[in-house]
Amino acid sequence: MKIALMGQPNCGKSTIFNHVAGYKAVTSNFPGKTVKYTQTKFKLFGETVELIDLPGTYSLTSFDLAELEARNYLFREKVDMVINVLDASLLGRSLELTLQLLELKLPMVLCLNMIDEAERKGIRINIEKLSSILGIPVVAVIALKGKGIEKLFTQAYNTAKDKPRGKTLSFSKDIEEIISQLSTELKNENVEIYPKLPIRFLALKYLEEDKFFIEDLIKNYPDFLKRVKYFQNVIQETRGRPSDVVISSERHYLSMHLYESVVVITDPQTSLRDNLDNILMHPLFGYISLGLIFYFFFNLIFGVGKVVEEPLLDYFYRLISLIEKSINPDTLLFSIISGIIQGLAGGVAIVLPYLFPFLFGLAILEDLGYLPRVAFLLDVFLHKIGLHGKAIIPFILGYGCTVPAIMATRILESERDRFITSVLATMIPCAARMTIIFALVAFYISPKAALAIYILNLIVIIISGRILSRILPEITPGMILEIPAYHIPSLKVVLAKTWLRMKEFIFVAWPLLILGSSLLSLLNYYQIDDLVNYIFSPLTRLLGLPLVVGTTLIFGVLRKELSMLMLFQALGTTEVIKVMSPTQIMTFTIFIVFYIPCVATIAVLWREIGGKMTLFALAFTFILAIMLATITRFTY
Amino acid sequence: MFSISLDSVKEGKVVKVLDIYGGWGIRQRLSCLGIHPGDLITVKKSGIIHGPILISIHGNHIALGRGIARKILVEEVE
Repeated sequence: MKIALMGQPNCGKSTIFNHVAGYKAVTSNFPGKTVKYTQTKFKLFGETVELIDLPGTYSLTSFDLAELEARNYLFREKVDMVINVLDASLLGRSLELTLQLLELKLPMVLCLNMIDEAERKGIRINIEKLSSILGIPVVAVIALKGKGIEKLFTQAYNTAKDKPRGKTLSFSKDIEEIISQLSTELKNENVEIYPKLPIRFLALKYLEEDKFFIEDLIKNYPDFLKRVKYFQNVIQETRGRPSDVVISSERHYLSMHLYESVVVITDPQTSLRDNLDNILMHPLFGYISLGLIFYFFFNLIFGVGKVVEEPLLDYFYRLISLIEKSINPDTLLFSIISGIIQGLAGGVAIVLPYLFPFLFGLAILEDLGYLPRVAFLLDVFLHKIGLHGKAIIPFILGYGCTVPAIMATRILESERDRFITSVLATMIPCAARMTIIFALVAFYISPKAALAIYILNLIVIIISGRILSRILPEITPGMILEIPAYHIPSLKVVLAKTWLRMKEFIFVAWPLLILGSSLLSLLNYYQIDDLVNYIFSPLTRLLGLPLVVGTTLIFGVLRKELSMLMLFQALGTTEVIKVMSPTQIMTFTIFIVFYIPCVATIAVLWREIGGKMTLFALAFTFILAIMLATITRFTY
Repeated sequence: MFSISLDSVKEGKVVKVLDIYGGWGIRQRLSCLGIHPGDLITVKKSGIIHGPILISIHGNHIALGRGIARKILVEEVE
């Protein structure tokens, strides 16, 4: 049995999904974090159920890639059951999607999530009445607390067996008349796009001027376009508005009417949101809080990291000197063992101490719902680089990892915005690069120097953004973004999310680290690294770095943090400051921060923006890195 | 009663949507968020110079860029 979760952005689909799947889909409190579908299998009454978490979509008319993915999945795949998840506190608006889903005539269960939030807002819903009007079961749940989820799936399972199709609510008489005339003509012409789409649904899509459907019509039934235009014109003439507006107003009216008949409004409790937003979104205090929050965040990472890094590194030193006493340091065996230990040490002592507090803090900010507020505050500035506020979400995620950041550009409407945001996102120091900035610059030079790198990075991104938007002078469509209510993050979910993101490091990067580290020992032992360093010598000479740094740059393309750890090994010490000057450390770090993104990023860039654009991004960042690092060499 | 564009409404005012100028994309997008001709909007915050505005509609908060707000024609409701 295949069950799909469908609903508007930020209504809690992924939270419900994770209840069944364990923490597999990243949840956050901002609209549009699920950009591709996730699936899981579980047993329900002895039967294997495939559960699919689809990206949120406001309607079945799609605008961005994430929404298109959700809609097409539903059209293409054979789904036995749709669970339509609604944010109960936004019932009126959410019902519009429900009405469209009912037009698809699929077995369906309605899930009223965040029913507690609705009650706080003074919205009491008559569940039985809603269920009888729509002709489908309705279940109230509180997904964050896990309440009602079992009942939801039991209901979904039983409903899938009965296969009731729900009721389609009717529009005004004149519109229904046109829908039925168009439907008859569609039937006579055998117009079909996906074989199982009901004819009424198809007729509505044409009247709504849905781009995807119209394009298909032009391609496959060019003669029929005239008829569609004819009916659109009839509506436009009688109603005085474009037919898409008429259809959506009709649907809006139906859902509002439905909403009013099933809801009793009482006085809302004073909300935390208004009070908090008065400060956090204030034209002055909003920016001050933003600065303070990120400054505090920066200090937290450094504070935790430093306290843990020092004693752990000491421990590993002692371990190596202990081994040195029992095994001859000139043997191959020693080279390999010390390589492995260096790799282990790099992960435990240098990367994890900074990675954990960072990901933990990011998860809290995400779940709280702060990110959309940042988008609001920074919209003005993003317009200066030719983008709009929503682009800040991929950027902030980019501080975690570039791969999801580039995926998140799917929430942007225009292809040009997606391209610019993707290129700029690759320049944002991800958590891997963050560990380099903290463990090298903050640790050996000063926290202020590390902060300076972040500021320099922002300036470079702004300038690059301006350049890119000059090259592609298209006007950004402008921001339309929901600002969700705040949620108090649950420690369990925050830890689960942090763990999900750390797994990537522990299971992919760390083994690579240990492997790379022992490989470098081998190269070193057989003196092959000299050749690599010789090839890279024009670059290292230009940047004024020790020649042994050359090899480490290759490793950096695999994973950014590898560069630093390989640096330790290439230099033969983690006490970098003894062999490299602060200027060299700074130059090295700046080069690493900006040069060619890691392989995982290149792969996702290739998929999202295409090969040509990816090559452009690679060349752009590489040239930029050389320029900036050279400047650093001579000025710092 | 005269009509103005949404971006020039002062903070705290309640307005009624008269019309939405703009292409199919913007119309549909706004309609999905519950903004149609006839709906009541409260302007919660009007960001700094040319910043976005924050509105409340049907109990939900939405940030709209200036450019978008300029395309929404409204009239003040007493």
